[in-house]
Order: sequence, then C-alpha cells, then structure tokens
Amino acid sequence: MKRMVDFTVNGEAREMAVDGCRSLLDALRDDVGLTGTKKGCDVGDCGACTVLVDGEPVNACLMLAVEAEGRAVETIEGLQPDVDRLHPLQDAFMRHGASQCGFCTPGILMMAKKLLDDNPRPTDEEIRFGLSGNICRCTGYTKIFDAIKSAAREMEAARP
Amino acid sequence: MRRFDYHRAETLEQASRLLTELGDDTFVFNGGTDLLVEIRERLRRVRNVVDIKQIPGLSDITYDETRGLTFGALVTVGRLENLSLVRQRYPNLRSALASLGSIQVRNRATVVGNICRASPSADTIPPLVADGAFVHIYSRTDMRVVPIAEFFTGAGKTVLAKGEIVTGITVPPAADNIGKAYLKHGRRKAMELSTVGVAVSLAMEEGVCSDIRIALGAVGATVLRAPQAEAMLRGTRLDAAAVRNAADKAMEECTPISNVRASADYRRDMVGVLTGRAIKQALETFA
Repeated sequence: MKRMVDFTVNGEAREMAVDGCRSLLDALRDDVGLTGTKKGCDVGDCGACTVLVDGEPVNACLMLAVEAEGRAVETIEGLQPDVDRLHPLQDAFMRHGASQCGFCTPGILMMAKKLLDDNPRPTDEEIRFGLSGNICRCTGYTKIFDAIKSAAREMEAARP
Repeated sequence: MRRFDYHRAETLEQASRLLTELGDDTFVFNGGTDLLVEIRERLRRVRNVVDIKQIPGLSDITYDETRGLTFGALVTVGRLENLSLVRQRYPNLRSALASLGSIQVRNRATVVGNICRASPSADTIPPLVADGAFVHIYSRTDMRVVPIAEFFTGAGKTVLAKGEIVTGITVPPAADNIGKAYLKHGRRKAMELSTVGVAVSLAMEEGVCSDIRIALGAVGATVLRAPQAEAMLRGTRLDAAAVRNAADKAMEECTPISNVRASADYRRDMVGVLTGRAIKQALETFA
C-alpha cells in the first residue's frame, strides 16, 4: 500500500507516494530524482548515503521514506549556496584532490558540513571521529582531512 | 529490499494489538538501524513492521535524585550521549553510547532498541546491568517493571511476550560515592562491534567498597554478572591484589565462544584485563 509523504528536500516542498518498505535513499534517488546521494552498502556501514534530516546526519538507507513526513531533508544537491558558487567544503575538496572515484564524496561532504556547523575548529581527532561512519576506499583519508581543515579555516576567515 | 508492510501506531494499545494480530513475522519498528539491516541481509523474516515513533509520551528524558534517570523508548543513542547529565552521572553508559556504531547510526538507533535486540555484544547493556536499571514494559492488561538483568533469556531473546512493548528504562540515581566505567575492546576505535565489553559500577564508603557490580558483554549468551568476583571485592579497599584475584575469578565466571571476532580463550583473557582496568578507572572518578 502506498502512502503519501509530504516533506521538504533542500528547502523545496515535495509530495510523493511511496511504499511503506521503501528506503529514503531509494525514494530520493528514484522518486525525487536526486541521484547525488549514493547507495554504497545499503546497510548503514559505509556512509555514502548520508543526508541531513532536520539538521542531523543519518544514513538514508536506514530510514524509511514514510518517516520523512513533515521533515526537512538536505542532500548534496542543496550544499551549493548558489549556481555559480561552491560551498567552501566542495571547493576545498577539489583543490586538495580529496575526491578520487567520488562515490563517498557526497556523504562525506554532508557529514563534514554538519561537523563544521557544530564545531568550526575541529581537531584532527574530532575530524576522524566525526567521519568514522564514512568509508573512502581511494584516498586514504589524508586529503579529505586536509580539505576539511582548509575549508574550516576559510569559513572561519569569512565569518564577520 | 525484501518487501514488508508498514503500519504506523498512534497509541501503545494500537501497537500492541497490531503486534498480536498481524502474526509472527511482525516486529516493532523504532530506530530501524538493526531491523532494516536484518531484513536486507535476510537474517530475519519480516512481513510487517509496526512503527511506534508517533506514539506520544515515549520521547521523554527525566532525572531526579530519588528515582534516577528515566528515558523513553524513542530516545536515541545520540540524544542521550550528548546530555551533560549522562556525561557526569553515568560515564559508563555514556562511554557505551559514544562507541555504538557511527554518528549517523546513533542519530537513529535507540537504547531501548539496543536492549530489545538482545545481542550478547550490545554496547548499552553492560552499563545498564552494572547500574541495576529497570525496564518498563507495556501490555494491554498491565504495565510491568523488570530488572534488566532478568530481561534477557538468551542471545536475541527476552522476556517480552507477544504484544508487549518496552516503553522506557530507568537507571537508579548516581550518588557521589559511586564510581563507574565501561571499557569496550575491539579491533578499532569506532564503527566496531564489541569483542569484549566490561562495565563496572561501585560504591565506596570511607575507602571500603560497599557494593560493586561487574557486567561482562560478548562473553556469554547474554550479558553476565560476575557475582563471585563481586563478592570477593565487597568489604575490601580494592587494592591491587584484591582486584587481580577478582579479575581472575571473573575470567572463570564468563562463558565466551569463539567466532569471527575473537577466540574464546582471547575473550577470557580480555575479561581479566578489562575487569581490572574498569575497576581502576571507576575508582579514578573519586580521585
């Protein structure tokens, strides 16, 4: 039986009819059409599907779409502040080569955004623990940590 | 994903009725971080899930000096982990909460879900057992309260009857003379299931241990107490020799198995090491 779900994605109101057993991840990718959020393991181990729900990072694969009713979902597509400007994290990831195959990148960027929103000057240890639910098989993480630290400095400098 | 039907309960009565009437393959859907994995990996046959998250009154957290800390079934691991009260008064529980899964998982997973799953390696169970917590259980005929040590009947098994729903957990108040610790042993520091987990909760009066509970995780079908080791320590000053002897006794009292994470012998050795360390750490609370 399909259920109607009203929620917002990246600030935009959406309504969709979904099966009760459909994951938020599948609904975002296949029903809403936002394929930036990746399906890695589909069991909450890899973090590639990390999105923010009411501001909190969750694995979209471990949440049902029907549970998004009334909630605000933020995905990688909403990270960019406007069309011709990248988020400082996205910019830093490009400059530092923090993305190789790119499959983990959307989840890591969403997690890093939350990390820096809560803690603008994280220590190396805090970054490592903050990203412990996000697996990258390409980079060895060093460039990712460098990019996050660099973005943190830039965001701090840009603050009035 | 394997298909299942989703039901949303508005009241405990309705949830209980659905759990009873929809048949054996019906499960409570709370945080979902374990159930959805079991469904996808075909570890559990599920036809129906009953979402309890819209039921009012299950999200509260309260603390008072006589009753202690009470939290509802919907309280997530992440929410409890970030409470300063838990940090200060329940450092053993806090340590277990912070070591469970990832931040993403902790934002969804609930402590009540963790105990109802009744995994022998569940992180939150040893500190709750060491603290002598109580489990509140709803059924359509009455409410009952069960000491957490009596809640588990085997690996993955609990005393819950069909249609019963855990509504919350109460952890007794933490007086100033009580020291606590939880040590989790794994191959890495995060995103890890416990190979062995040891929780200690102890009370000191004028330098003498007046009470101690030691709870051992992942070394038996359920989380175990170490009653003989505890008895050896009560009335002592918890000096190094007494702690060493008790840790040896705890090794005898556990019943580990060998599996993909560790051998039984290794687990038993780690019980000895971690019991000693956990007592030492709990004592440092008073330093």
